[in-house]
Amino acid sequence: MRWNRNLVLGAVLTGLFVVGALISFVWTPSDHTVLDIAGKLKRPGDGNLLGTDHFGRDILTMIMVGARTSIAVALVAVGIGMLAGVPLGLTAAARHGGWLDEVIMRGNDLIFAFPSLVIAILITAVFGASAVNAIIAIGIFNIPVFARLTRSGALSLWGREFIMAARVAGKGAARISAEHILPNIANLLIVQGTIQFSLGILAEAGLSYVGLGAQPPTPSWGRMLADAQTLVSIAPHLALIPGLAIILTVLGLNLMGDGLRDLLDPRLRERSV
Amino acid sequence: MKFSAKAVILASAWTLSAGLAQAQTSITVGSQLEPPHLDPTSAAAGAIDNVVYSNIFEGLTRFMADGSVVAGLAESWEISDDGLTYTFKLHDGVTFHDGTGMDAEDVKFSLDRARAEDSTNAQKPLFAGITDVTVIDPLTVQVTLSEPNGNFLFNMAWGDAVIVAPESIETITSNPIGTGAFKFADWVQGDRIEIVRNDDYWGTPAKLESATFKFINDPTAAFGAMMAEDIDAFIGFPAPENLPQFEADPRFTVLVGSTEGETILAINNKMPPMDNILVRQAITHAIDRQAIIDGAMFGYGTPIGTHFAPHNPAYVDLTGNSEYDPEKSKALLAEAGLADGFTTTLKLPPPSYARRGGEIIAAQLRAVGIETEITNLEWAQWLEEAFRGKDFGMTIVSHTEPMDIGIYGNPDYYFQYGTEEFQAIMTELNSTTDPDARNALMADAQRNISENYVNGYLFQLAALGVAKANVVGIWTNQPTQAIDLTAVYWAE
Repeated sequence: MRWNRNLVLGAVLTGLFVVGALISFVWTPSDHTVLDIAGKLKRPGDGNLLGTDHFGRDILTMIMVGARTSIAVALVAVGIGMLAGVPLGLTAAARHGGWLDEVIMRGNDLIFAFPSLVIAILITAVFGASAVNAIIAIGIFNIPVFARLTRSGALSLWGREFIMAARVAGKGAARISAEHILPNIANLLIVQGTIQFSLGILAEAGLSYVGLGAQPPTPSWGRMLADAQTLVSIAPHLALIPGLAIILTVLGLNLMGDGLRDLLDPRLRERSV
Repeated sequence: MKFSAKAVILASAWTLSAGLAQAQTSITVGSQLEPPHLDPTSAAAGAIDNVVYSNIFEGLTRFMADGSVVAGLAESWEISDDGLTYTFKLHDGVTFHDGTGMDAEDVKFSLDRARAEDSTNAQKPLFAGITDVTVIDPLTVQVTLSEPNGNFLFNMAWGDAVIVAPESIETITSNPIGTGAFKFADWVQGDRIEIVRNDDYWGTPAKLESATFKFINDPTAAFGAMMAEDIDAFIGFPAPENLPQFEADPRFTVLVGSTEGETILAINNKMPPMDNILVRQAITHAIDRQAIIDGAMFGYGTPIGTHFAPHNPAYVDLTGNSEYDPEKSKALLAEAGLADGFTTTLKLPPPSYARRGGEIIAAQLRAVGIETEITNLEWAQWLEEAFRGKDFGMTIVSHTEPMDIGIYGNPDYYFQYGTEEFQAIMTELNSTTDPDARNALMADAQRNISENYVNGYLFQLAALGVAKANVVGIWTNQPTQAIDLTAVYWAE
């Protein structure tokens, strides 16, 4: 099989942050809850690998623990989207043309009609700013994405011969969906999941940038950026480092999604074999 | 060709000099908060006074830049021997901006309106002692008090006690008509307020022909606007971390002065476990003031140990009552039966002293076992939830009113202290006119709240401003909320 450059590059970039986040559970260069005002605004390399922020916290620690926040929020949000969206999409496809299909898909259209980040801001503003509310807000907007994708993927399979065979064998719609359709659209879902994951990280950063994501002292990349705003001219690394972390993670996830599609898409696979 | 080139040079020289000439007679002043409306006598918002105090509205007396109280619209006054009657002699020939004359009837109207039952004045206690306002003749007005009040002339200098006219009171919120050296010209909501010189001013006329207040809420935008010289001065500069850059730049001067803003960690005295004095004392000993001043204000600020301005002659340094001592704090918590600490809320309004200070305080409290759940609130939410709703464990806010220790006598005030002991001190203070006795009573009041650990006293907010180097006459200190432009001018 051909060496998939996108996949490897994306996996390395994403892996870097995932590993950093995992390591932060057992070890970080310093404690992010302890402030050292006297040692604030150190340049990178000046005793701390990536310098210190305006409260004297080690930035590498903040990035590592912040990655935890970003990944956790994005992961759970994608999870919500998949857990609710996939069954909805499968049901809609199984009842294609029926009233249930209509209700489900029009409901999804309704959610889709709202600008997601604006509504996420509304939800967190009404129910209080917290990581949990950010997860719910981002998660809700993942539902229609997965529901639509699942339905269209499933619909293209429902007419196929092996589904016919399963029907003839007496299997019900639910069993067919779970045993035959779901495994065959898994590749689609994984690719979309990766893309939604990167969008989730961006959304979390956006929400915490405006102060509606994880609350202090929980580090978050978006809030690191917001805190750095007035300090950009005297300590540019305060904004550059979390900014780069967001860019690299999102880039990594997108490359990985691209690479995974190449790898998993049966048509592309046949060609490269 | 030669001729036309010359003409171009001449023309450009003309436009250049015109541009310069214009710059010399007007000023654009940046400020963070836009006023909700322009009536200083019916709202607490300091942003109103920033624009209108002294510029548009004047009172019987007024504050000067150094905090002293001098004559304003009143030329002179006589105080009766029992201290109950003040007879003010008004300046002759004072007119409001709409051309109507300012006389004793206007003073009576203004004071009666402020102290009326249905008055919406934000500082009604200033007028509480007034029993009667009598017009003797058009330029003489007599104010009778129920009991002697050593602070009466000081009270009359507040922005809440300015003289307004019955003819223009209906539209005061959008079109303020005062007696000041500037007239209101235009208000572009969300952006700026323009004022122009009042050529019929009774006193020393303003040196500037016009001035613009520009409202820039975002600290980054404020920094950018100042650096780009879009504005000529910024009063109450919101990002202390950027001041060293202005200091290093010869185009600007940095103004660092004192304000009346006691920045406190307000504690809800009625919410368990903070209703226990031991717990409040533990909180205050857990706080390292210098770390907060350095971390949140980049070194600008003076530590305080009570609710009183350090530049006031009656100030007593009580920081020793609550020095930074985490071990003592833990011991006090254990004594209160909370050896394992407790959890409470910390609600933070938008200014950076609160948001940054809050994160630092949360870390310091965590070190002694007190967990805080931080919630960042906008001002409107803060006023609703914390200030009026009293739904908070702790909050950080700067009390910018001058000499406002009296708020501790009110048991309904948001941190809910108001013991009878403290009220007794205040009652005695209000009826004392001898300066030494007053200072002693104010010291008692300061000790009372410090020793009862009502709140965590952090630091006196510094007045931070940036101005172009050749702007002269801007107040360095903030003895009251005001951006007084009446004496501001451009140096050659």
